[in-house]
Amino acid sequence: MKLFEYEAKKIFREFGIPVSPYRVISSPGEGLEFFRENSPAVIKAQVLTGGRGKAGGIKTASTEEEYLEKVSGLLGSAVKGFPVKKLLIEKKLDIRREVYTGFGIDRLRGDILFILSAEGGVDIEELAARSPSLVIRKRIDILEGFSPERASSAVKEAGFEAAEAEQITDTAIKLYELFIKFECRLAEINPLAVTSSGEVIAADARVDIYDEAAPGFPEFIKDESETELESRARAAGLGYVQLSGNIGVIGNGAGLNMATLDILTHFGGRPANFLEVSGRTYHKASEAIDIVISNPAVKVIFGNFFGCISRCDVIAEGLAAAAARGAVSVPMVISMRGTGAEEGVETLKKAGFREIYSDDIEAGRRAAELSRGGS
Amino acid sequence: MPVLIDSSTGIMVSGITGREGTFHAERMIASGARVLCGVTPGKGGKVHLGVPVYDTVAEAAENHKIDACGIFVPARAARDAVDEASAAGIGFIVVITEGICPHDTLRFISAARRRGVRVIGPNTPGILTPGESKIGVLASEAVEKGRVGVISRSGTLTVEICHYLLRQGYGQSTVVGLGGDPVVGSNFTDIYRLFEEDDDTDAVVIVGEIGGGMEEDLAGYVRENSPGKPLAAFIAGRCAPEGKRLGHAGAIIEGGKGSAESKIKALEEAGVRVARVPWETAEIVRDMLG
Repeated sequence: MKLFEYEAKKIFREFGIPVSPYRVISSPGEGLEFFRENSPAVIKAQVLTGGRGKAGGIKTASTEEEYLEKVSGLLGSAVKGFPVKKLLIEKKLDIRREVYTGFGIDRLRGDILFILSAEGGVDIEELAARSPSLVIRKRIDILEGFSPERASSAVKEAGFEAAEAEQITDTAIKLYELFIKFECRLAEINPLAVTSSGEVIAADARVDIYDEAAPGFPEFIKDESETELESRARAAGLGYVQLSGNIGVIGNGAGLNMATLDILTHFGGRPANFLEVSGRTYHKASEAIDIVISNPAVKVIFGNFFGCISRCDVIAEGLAAAAARGAVSVPMVISMRGTGAEEGVETLKKAGFREIYSDDIEAGRRAAELSRGGS
Repeated sequence: MPVLIDSSTGIMVSGITGREGTFHAERMIASGARVLCGVTPGKGGKVHLGVPVYDTVAEAAENHKIDACGIFVPARAARDAVDEASAAGIGFIVVITEGICPHDTLRFISAARRRGVRVIGPNTPGILTPGESKIGVLASEAVEKGRVGVISRSGTLTVEICHYLLRQGYGQSTVVGLGGDPVVGSNFTDIYRLFEEDDDTDAVVIVGEIGGGMEEDLAGYVRENSPGKPLAAFIAGRCAPEGKRLGHAGAIIEGGKGSAESKIKALEEAGVRVARVPWETAEIVRDMLG
């Protein structure tokens, strides 16, 4: 669950991490009074994606005319395909130095990683790859925590002067507390600005909370779907990702689904989506058909099922129900094996499905062939 | 001897009286698993599926010699259940539960690491030694005893790969699911090293997928320790769209790892043949073993 910058800055304030005064607006008429008191100001599109500055989502304004023009230009526009519904307005900082600081998870080692660099900014990833010594990384065992001593020694190692070192250490410790409290995948400040008057201020705020922890923070729960169909699938409890091809895909298990995309591509087909019916959702095959078929690009559906925990007979009943109400309006190729497959195949045959296979080699080849207009 | 579990492994099931626990413990017993007892707080003193149930792991461990345990409790109770098991000295814990917050996983993995306890999962289909024992939810009917070790990050795709191996005439020595969560207790290298030492395993198949860096880590190990056991790989998600992420920390930590290309390149540079589609994995094994 990704947080908008304005949401992240709200919790930064609660944790005592310094941020500039800001306003959040959602219509062009708002925020003018705040702007007058804080000009020149930065106007930032609130979108859940990185690289928005480079994509034109951040503007500055020093006059009222400029402010009104930039605000109305950004609101309602799209940044990297994400619609801009809100803007964050804040006083432009007089930045002397841009620092990077953040916490993330080292999945391979099972630890938290503290990352700090005196040379922050938008090119931090390139810097980390090119000059790893300029990016300090410290491993944190979650049960040991992140002591002020370790924070302070990492800040010294990164080469900060005494005056700013203390503020950066303090910010890092608070950011770690936030990272733990909100059960984050990521908490990051880039840039952490050192101003010409020597203040250290979080100029940006990136927080990504693990979905499993989201129910604990209901105020931030939002629909992050990028298309209407993804949103509908989400509401139905199905994992759906829209792609650009014309073969609708339904499968049980995320791994098998990914392999199904690889199989179709192998045979020259182009998948139109990724849709998982497994675990608690495997009986929802009927709803899954509706979602897949709602994409007008879909010319054929490929259902790839290997009964394991999710049973093929249950999935087949869902598909049969969809067929009975006339929802399967394009050819459907099905590969079905494993637990419940025998019963499942009987159900499918009775429901009028013709293209049923016992493995995904022939089925994948056939689906790709039909998608190219074969008969 | 097979890796990690065989017919002599004494098993405890945590959450045995729950719906999931009951359903799968019954199937574990049917596949030969030596299930000694179960634990469900508040249900101590009962007999369930023919084995005694205890309130705490400590009590269970006093009454039985427990080698391994399977965790089937709901996500919110999982951290305590794993901590209790590792504190009681159970050396091998398989966490089936899905939906655990990765911060909880970091905590129980850290505690287990200090105690020298091996954890597999969470969100794993478990481990299965055909004809001998199983902990978890893998379908026994989809595998047969043989001499190929399988290590997988997936559930259903594991069974798919075993299906194609069987079609080429290769059964499995042990099938190990590592779990689909961002943070898991054991990775490919940990388990591959066990298969390397195992006289009953002639070749190893890994089923990887996009994300994380454990395939690259195994490639590094294989490059430095060749020749090891014959190894074939399939990496799912070559054609999957790249996930959109926020911020830079993930990219800095992974340093270019994580994509299918990165994994395939690392493995191939280490001399491992990588299948492009699931059934090719079995063909590679046939080429290697003849």
